[in-house]
Amino acid sequence: MLNARLFLLQRLSALVMAPLVLGHLALMIYAIQGGLSVGEILGRTQGSWFWGLYYGLFVLAVSVHAGIGLRVIAHEWLGLRRGLDAVTWGVAVGLGLLGLSAVLAVT
Amino acid sequence: MRRPLWFAFLLHRVSGLLLALFLPVHFWVLSLAVRDADALESFLSLTERPLVKLAEMGLVFLLAVHIFGGLRLMALELLGWSSGQKTAAAGAVALSLGAATLFLLRAI
Amino acid sequence: MGTLIVNVARGDATERRSERFEVPAYESQTVLDVVSWIQQNADPTLSYRFACRVGMCGSCAMMVNGVPRWTCRTHVQKVAKGGALQIAPLRNLPVIKDLVVDMDPFFDKWVAAKAVHHPSRGRAEPMAEIAPDEPGRVTASAGIECINCAICYAACDTVSGSPDYLGPAALQRAWTLVNDAKDGARDAILDAVSGQGGCHNCHSMGSCTTHCPNDLDPLSAIAGLKRETMRKALRRA
Repeated sequence: MLNARLFLLQRLSALVMAPLVLGHLALMIYAIQGGLSVGEILGRTQGSWFWGLYYGLFVLAVSVHAGIGLRVIAHEWLGLRRGLDAVTWGVAVGLGLLGLSAVLAVT
Repeated sequence: MRRPLWFAFLLHRVSGLLLALFLPVHFWVLSLAVRDADALESFLSLTERPLVKLAEMGLVFLLAVHIFGGLRLMALELLGWSSGQKTAAAGAVALSLGAATLFLLRAI
Repeated sequence: MGTLIVNVARGDATERRSERFEVPAYESQTVLDVVSWIQQNADPTLSYRFACRVGMCGSCAMMVNGVPRWTCRTHVQKVAKGGALQIAPLRNLPVIKDLVVDMDPFFDKWVAAKAVHHPSRGRAEPMAEIAPDEPGRVTASAGIECINCAICYAACDTVSGSPDYLGPAALQRAWTLVNDAKDGARDAILDAVSGQGGCHNCHSMGSCTTHCPNDLDPLSAIAGLKRETMRKALRRA
């Protein structure tokens, strides 16, 4: 169940992510050739302000976006009527913390 | 009402759901880089297996189809581009298959 | 001409069953003709609704082979599958008996969306002059030929998944009023379509626009509401 505020947050997070996802897709297609290694990943990201900000912003936007998306699925497919706010913000905070710790780990 | 835009909706929902379930794993594996670099290295070596490469291609497809489908929806809602939605939805799927195939070709 | 095999959904809300009828086929026969033939010649207890028979009143909509249609203007030849028809009451609404549904939830949502005219001038004042080619008027005019048949509501999968959702018809009417310079409660309408069950629950599957018998476009009307409510929310922020 979405109201205007959640809809706006969902669309704004999507707009923020649009260029980031396109970049992420391009990077995956570029980086996969020759396989993945810790050295290669860290060589790109460690000490880089650019990648830290890039993926930090990405993590924040995706956490909000996924929280609201899972809220709608819980409502429409699982028939959940109460506790929808808890689902939304629980998912958002959980994903945000996990994601930011991952970004910190590789930068 | 099982029509093309219903399938587009279902694809958007299922891809979003699977990506949301994949993200915690993705984040956890990356956070190994500081906690246990050897564990991360051995995990990354798994990606040399053909089946894992196919699974990765699947993930690329999910991400691509979610963003291209999402851009179509936002063009419809925010810019009012309501004509040619079926064509646009089919184009989003084709583009995503292209991106996933390109990924696989470079991976192998 | 041969015979049609017609399976009709019967019974009240608690007990549903399907009954099979054989109906003589005629040229240019409508689905409503078939239902009326059954009621007049085979089983007078069959309940169904119709009034105008010419696609104006919006009372004869039913599910025909799984698709919501205005039965008075649907030719059997175009929809029968192998000489057979499945006829059922409209989807997404509670059944009263046989092919008759309770339309209350449908119309209650029109009221909940504030999709009623809100006067902006008294009777002593002159009428507002609005040119037919003003952009707002053109947008409003695109949606006003709705006959309240609830076909879009029956076609909508978002209504099925989320029973509070106001649905395409009520939202489209709200959109026509938002664009009507004579309506005095534009902000109240935008608030009414922004709450739980509001326009933001729409997933743009477009079944409303595909099935509307009058070729209206509720999908675009709802997209218009989304844009306008976003504009309003951003102004407030």
